[in-house]
Formats: sequence, C-alpha cells, structure tokens
Amino acid sequence: MSALLAAAPALPLHTAGKYVAGAFVAFVAIVLLYVAIMAVRLQRMSRELNELNAAVEARERAESAKRAEAPR
Amino acid sequence: MYGKGLRALSLATFAALTATFALVFFYAPLDADQGFIQKIFYVHVPVAIVTLCAYVVGAVFAALHLKTRDRRWDLRSYVVIHIALIFNIIGLLTGSIWAKASWGHWWVWDEPTLVSFLIVFLLFATYQPLRFSIEDPERQARYASVFAIMAGAFVPLNFAAVRAASPFVHPRVLGTANGGLPGSMAFVFVCALIAIGLLFATLVAYEVAAKQTRWELRALRRRLLGADAVAPLGRSAAPALGAPERPAGGAAGTTTPRAQRNPAEAPS
Repeated sequence: MSALLAAAPALPLHTAGKYVAGAFVAFVAIVLLYVAIMAVRLQRMSRELNELNAAVEARERAESAKRAEAPR
Repeated sequence: MYGKGLRALSLATFAALTATFALVFFYAPLDADQGFIQKIFYVHVPVAIVTLCAYVVGAVFAALHLKTRDRRWDLRSYVVIHIALIFNIIGLLTGSIWAKASWGHWWVWDEPTLVSFLIVFLLFATYQPLRFSIEDPERQARYASVFAIMAGAFVPLNFAAVRAASPFVHPRVLGTANGGLPGSMAFVFVCALIAIGLLFATLVAYEVAAKQTRWELRALRRRLLGADAVAPLGRSAAPALGAPERPAGGAAGTTTPRAQRNPAEAPS
C-alpha cells in the first residue's frame, strides 16, 4: 500500500493525504453529527414514554384501589 | 409499528460503507493523473448523484401527496429533501476540498458544474423557510409540495444544461466520449454509490420513523393525560401528522384549520 501511495504522480502523500483525510472526515463527521442529533431526540422520546408509562401505572393503581374500596 | 426493517437496513449500510472504504483505499488503483487525491472522487461523486436523485424523489413524493392528499407522502417528501440538503452540504464540502487540492482554489466561480450544484442547494435551502412561513398545516403541505415538484423538475434540466455547456474543467464521470472509468475503479465507484445510497435510505427511514413515533407519542399523551398535558402545536416547518387536535377545553369550532378541512384523516 505504501509503495502504491508513494507512486502517486500528482501530489505527494504528505500533501494529498490531508485533503483526502479532510474530505472523508467531513463526510463521516456530518453523518455522525446527524446521528447524534437523532440519538438526543430518541432519548427525549424515551423519557416521554417513561412518563406516560408512569402515568398509566398510577391510573391503574388508583382504579384497583377504588375497586377494592367499593362496597361489595 | 414504525421503523420496520431498520435494523437490517442499518447493518447493510454499515457493511456496505465499511467494504467501500476498504475498497477505496486498498483495492482501487491510483489515478495516473491525480494520484491519491482522486480518492475523494469515491465520496464526492456518489454523494452528489444521490443528492440530485433525492431531490427528484422528493418531487415525486410531493406529487403523490398532491394526488392522494395523504400526509405521509408530504412527510416523506419533507424528510427526503431534508436529508438531501445535508448530503448536498457534504457534496459541496468534499468538492471544495478536492478543488483546492486539484486546482489550487476552494471554489471556481466560472465552472458550471460547481455553480449549478450550489444553485440547486440554495434553491432547496428555501424549502424549509417556505414551510415555516405558512402556519396552516394544510396550506403548508400543499404549497411545499408544489415547490418541491417545481424545484425537483429543475434538477434534471439543470444537469442536462450543465452537461451541454462546452467550456468546462470539471471532469465528466459518466458517459463521456473517451470512455469512463477503468474496470476496477468503476467497480469501486458502483460500490460507493450503493453504500451512500443505502446510507441515505437509512437516514430517511430513521427520520420518518422518529417523526411518526413522536406524533404518536403526542396523541397517546393527549389521550391519557388530556389536552392540558400536551403543549400546543407551535409553528413548524415539519409536516403535521396527527389527528385533529382540540385545544384544552375542547370548545367546538376551535380546531386547527387543517382539522376543519380534513377531519376524516387518521393519524399516520
């Protein structure tokens, strides 16, 4: 691989390498940034879902307590 | 359930991208003219192709929305254009880096391919502000669809016009008279195109699933905790998906304009 790179005719590796690295890093960084934003939104939805679960459980507890208190 | 098949799609994307990057650096031969710098080609060109195709796909989805009045098509069109804009930025950045290395300039204003790609980006960059400026969700979806169709139709016309332009320094990749890429380079290029296409599809699928799930959560919260527990819908560029919402108190005649016009639409 290094022999191939050394044979590059246009730009030497120490010059071309930083541009190629820059292009690939820009690509990966933007995609990762987007995935990170998605992860934050997913966390928010997960938190909201937990709140709803807690609300449902509280409601079910209240209903079962009401049923238990009701005269037979 | 939303997000069906996302796991398989994500794994396929990861595998395809990894394999493509390995092929780019360990299999594809060095270009005789540009040398190592030509490796940028395997990211820049597929990203640009996927971006332009995505704008056309967004226009097709917008047309389907106008035809069927199904809000899910508006959502798909919105998400496809949204992700295409991000890919467009990647295309501009990688192209700029390549131009600096090859031509010694970050940007060349008299090069039709570069400037036309920038024009397409600026055209679609107005899509989100356009949506945001229209408060009524029904009108927002309709106007945005019309815009997406017109702008989407501009993309192939623009592409053809640029290819027809005679003075250019930007290399032509596909279908040039002197033959295209040699076999091994073409193989890696096709792999890169598939991988980046898969990445685009995965991001779109995640975004659509996230938007639908968020809307479903909102509807669930409303049903469970009542209208007071849900923050009122503010102005947004994102499509409204849910069922008609009555504000807290549920007074008749105070539903959103969209709900008044299309009360039969179920949440998607």
